[in-house]
Amino acid sequence: MFAHLRQLVRYRALVQSLVARELTARYRGSVLGFFWSFVNPLLLLLIYTFVFTVVIPGVHPPELEPFALFLFCGILPWTWFSSSLLESSSVLISGGNLIKKVLFPAEVLPIVTVLAGLVHFCLGLPILAAFLIYYRADVVALDLLWFPLIVGVQLLLTLGLALLVSALTVHFRDVRDLLQNVLTLWFFATPIIYPLSQAPPNVRRLLNLNPFTHLAVSYQEVLFRPGPFTDWPRLLAVGVASVLVFLFGYFVFDRLRDTLAEEV
Amino acid sequence: MMNAIEVRDVHKIYRRYGRRKQFATLKSALLSGSLLRDLRPDETFEALRGVTFDVRAGSTFGIVGRNGSGKSTMLKLIAGIGKPTAGAVRVEGRVSALIELGAGFHPEISGRENVYINGMMLGLARREIARRFDDIVAFAELEPFIDAPVKTYSSGMYMRLGFAVAVNVDPDVLLVDEVLAVGDEAFTHKCLDKFAEFKRRGKTILLVTHALDLVHRFCDEALWLNEGTARAQGDPKRVVDAYLLDVAASENRQLSASAPSREPQAPSPEPADMFKANEGRWGSREAEITQVALIGPGGQPTHVFQSGERMVIALRVRAAQPVTDFAFGIGVFNVDGVCCCGTNTYIDGGAPGELSGESEVRFVIDSLDLVEGTYKLDVAVHRTGGAPYDYHRQLYTFRVTSRTKDVGIYRPRHSWQFSGGVRIEGLE
Repeated sequence: MFAHLRQLVRYRALVQSLVARELTARYRGSVLGFFWSFVNPLLLLLIYTFVFTVVIPGVHPPELEPFALFLFCGILPWTWFSSSLLESSSVLISGGNLIKKVLFPAEVLPIVTVLAGLVHFCLGLPILAAFLIYYRADVVALDLLWFPLIVGVQLLLTLGLALLVSALTVHFRDVRDLLQNVLTLWFFATPIIYPLSQAPPNVRRLLNLNPFTHLAVSYQEVLFRPGPFTDWPRLLAVGVASVLVFLFGYFVFDRLRDTLAEEV
Repeated sequence: MMNAIEVRDVHKIYRRYGRRKQFATLKSALLSGSLLRDLRPDETFEALRGVTFDVRAGSTFGIVGRNGSGKSTMLKLIAGIGKPTAGAVRVEGRVSALIELGAGFHPEISGRENVYINGMMLGLARREIARRFDDIVAFAELEPFIDAPVKTYSSGMYMRLGFAVAVNVDPDVLLVDEVLAVGDEAFTHKCLDKFAEFKRRGKTILLVTHALDLVHRFCDEALWLNEGTARAQGDPKRVVDAYLLDVAASENRQLSASAPSREPQAPSPEPADMFKANEGRWGSREAEITQVALIGPGGQPTHVFQSGERMVIALRVRAAQPVTDFAFGIGVFNVDGVCCCGTNTYIDGGAPGELSGESEVRFVIDSLDLVEGTYKLDVAVHRTGGAPYDYHRQLYTFRVTSRTKDVGIYRPRHSWQFSGGVRIEGLE
């Protein structure tokens, strides 16, 4: 398993090119092109802001103003997470021709999916920054040092789950449909459109088991809430869990590796 | 001499898709790394059953066999795309597998970007591709289109590019699976030239093909796979002949079994160019060939003849109305479609009188001086001008066997005569 992990390093140029290909191929032929990377999160944000400030105003506590900014801190990373997992679930099947006809490490495909998602996420950051400046958000400059770490933890967690999901989908096509619903549930089980503090205590205990809760809270703490980031022990705990998730995901993928070409 | 490929007692078992739930296999895959441990024998299919062979470095090696004999499975195992269930495969040096040309191309991006990505998938570094890029594009003859998205390419362009990348990886071992069957004539020639160049440079080529003449021409050694086992291995001509003999034998079995039901065959449309037509039967049917029999020297119908034996082709002919303009024709073709002989009663100087009612026509070959091989037979009754009444195109097959393994088509009665200081023994 670790030999395969090392071998993966040799393929980093390929991963790099494939990510670039993902990004260029995705918007080839669309009028707005790369611009969609900015427009997509903006539109999503607009919808949620509209729903929570115009359709059902006043459900969120006043300390969450400006609510659009609060939403953005959670939605942007969530979009990366959920779209990466959804795409990973079909990436081995749609790339089946490659796995069956060309010798190369299959885990490159889900990894590329997650990394392409990361690039989209990064393209959304300037917009987030613009929001922060527009709302004159009270960001502690030192807190921003935590930001790359949060992204790193999320990357590991997403990679681990993407590897798991992609390999399992080859054996059970059901995973794809199941995943769609799980992700919807997961979205609402994460404090993205509501603050964690608003959940009743017994529900909060459950939400605390969700690793993405702590990622979302960390993003909100660093970017949205005033005051220094104090919740970092939880982030580190999620970080350790993410390493384990990644190793587990890679282990399962590695075990199923030889069966992939036959089952795709 | 060093071996480039060593295959030792390789078995490959695939799972049959079927009724049983998949949990057991997933569990065993996770626990033991094998999909098959928990499966009963009737749920698996053994594609390879203990195959052993070596390919010497620098040689060209051909694998022949029928569909489903395990050829492509073998190739995938050598390419490393699959793992043998049991046994070992060892390959020395960089491998490039031409299994499907352009398998990794993404339709939306340009040929240029695809060359880079495809090359990297095949194990090249970006630098190396940059160095070979011009060669690749020149070989594919795609200079004007290299920056267009691959989805706009014709399938020929697509394949040329795929081939160009794969051969420019500069492999030590090149695996080729039937890719030549898809290109046009010029492309095929180009591929063959490239293979010849590989050969000159001392690279190892493993060729899986149904084009048996290619095996003859190119290979130093050949392997015949049949139902997952090696049936013959060694000199390509011997192997191919053994393979053909087996194909012919089973064909003849099929032919004899289905011969009666073949007689009232539905007429096929008359082809535009008769010499390019495949098997079929056509004609206006004013006169009909109702039965065709091949008769051996013993007077018994047979499909297998010794070279030099007497052969009689017996036709039963029926003409409902008397016909006055007619000729009987015979044509013999070898497996490559080469006409070995063709004649008719008119060419032989016979002027037609009358043909009416039931009759029998016998074409007698005193000595069937053909080399060993499988031959197809045309029989016809037609107007002297050529318009067919009833044309049976390659509907009958016979096999010629010979103790001597000479090549070509024709085996004239011959002898060797020597004088001076020559001494050879054992010549007949």
